[in-house]
Amino acid sequence: MQFTQSTVGRKILMAVTGLILISFICVHLLGNSSVYWGADGINAYAKHLHDLGPLVWIFRLFMLAVFGLHILFGIQLTLENRAATPGNYAVKRLVRANFASETMIVSGLVLLAFVVYHILHFTMHLTNPEISASHLPVDALSRPDVFTMVVLSFQKFLISLIYVAAMVFLFLHVSHGFQSFIQTFGFNNGPSLHILEKVSKGFALVLLFGYISIPILIIFGIVKI
Amino acid sequence: MNLTLYVWRQKGPKDLGKLEQYEAPNVSPDQSFLEMLDDVNEVLIKTGKDPIAFDHDCREGICGMCSTVVNGRPHGGQDRTTVCQLHMRTFKDGDSIYIEPWKAKAFPIVKDLVVDRSALDAIQNAGGYTSCHTGGVPDANAVMISQPAAEYAMDAAECIGCGACVAGCPNSSAMLFTGNKVAQLAALPQGRPEAKARVKAMTEALKECGFGNCTNHYECQAACPKGIDVKFIAKLNREYIKSLLP
Repeated sequence: MQFTQSTVGRKILMAVTGLILISFICVHLLGNSSVYWGADGINAYAKHLHDLGPLVWIFRLFMLAVFGLHILFGIQLTLENRAATPGNYAVKRLVRANFASETMIVSGLVLLAFVVYHILHFTMHLTNPEISASHLPVDALSRPDVFTMVVLSFQKFLISLIYVAAMVFLFLHVSHGFQSFIQTFGFNNGPSLHILEKVSKGFALVLLFGYISIPILIIFGIVKI
Repeated sequence: MNLTLYVWRQKGPKDLGKLEQYEAPNVSPDQSFLEMLDDVNEVLIKTGKDPIAFDHDCREGICGMCSTVVNGRPHGGQDRTTVCQLHMRTFKDGDSIYIEPWKAKAFPIVKDLVVDRSALDAIQNAGGYTSCHTGGVPDANAVMISQPAAEYAMDAAECIGCGACVAGCPNSSAMLFTGNKVAQLAALPQGRPEAKARVKAMTEALKECGFGNCTNHYECQAACPKGIDVKFIAKLNREYIKSLLP
């Protein structure tokens, strides 16, 4: 049987693509945190990325492929799992699974919708054209003015709310996914599992607080133009 | 004590099946769960009704035949206990008890609480063995096995093949069962030569039998009456990764 059809093969594919996606969101968070250095931070960071030219597109296509595989196999495995399970028990008590592990497909699909919205919003400037229209695309040093765009966006309560809510789903998805890929790669000798699960939750919390700090500090006016 | 039972009744594999209510009067706290069902069946037989069919054999918690979900937990949810060793002292007078069979597409219901678990045999037959010459008794200690390896293999071999891991799994996956077999043989020198072919064949059989995929809920470990650790699934994953390498 092909690796891509095997039950364990696809588990490993989910783990590898998941690990790449987690690495990406870590780097993305580090990049985003340059917003705390003001326009000089995040605009300079944006200019560096723009200057990479075709490399940016190679990276984007790579991430698209990884994201696509993770989603496709995730949906396929979920459908198979539903098909393997006939009618529900009249009474069912789960003791080891948790809300995050049971709702991976839901949190995953919400994150997919969020990523589409996020790209339409910040990369393509399509969802709130009035924000882009209200300021110059570049700052005084002719760097892309990401700082103004981000601050004006998150000053809108609804946009901030969407971002914070999406990050709660990211927390759920990563809190199960992080320890899950470690188990899938076989790095669990039994006693290590409880530690791994705690580390996984802690890591997901760091991501949650890291990401939501930006809209929250902007909406409370602590970070402003 | 007096109990109310809601038992899954299904005449045959094609019947739809439903929960039916029974009264279990004068249950002794010293009875085992299956003895309580025996008493209920006695009454059913005496009144000319069809007794509740359930699997059982040793009633000592070692054969793996009993297979009943009690109040939503395989084997009733008492730590490291098969349902035959679950005693009525864990219930209170007036309790309602829901009794259902293992539910998984790979385990078709034969009747009432009896399911066909041959799918586990199919996984075992796919590679859960070592190919070796039989005949003369080999010399003792001809193949040296370290104490930790022997203990590890014995921990995996504790599996009694009851299928509670499948019944407890939200995905109806038999990955813990398969992991035990793969890990047990991979830990021993006799099992090493066929390790690569074994892990591939057994995980393929798992899929072909219609079991779901493992998504690391670890519900199997909680359901296992022998408390078998999901570290054996991690071992299966390592063995699978090794099988891909040249």
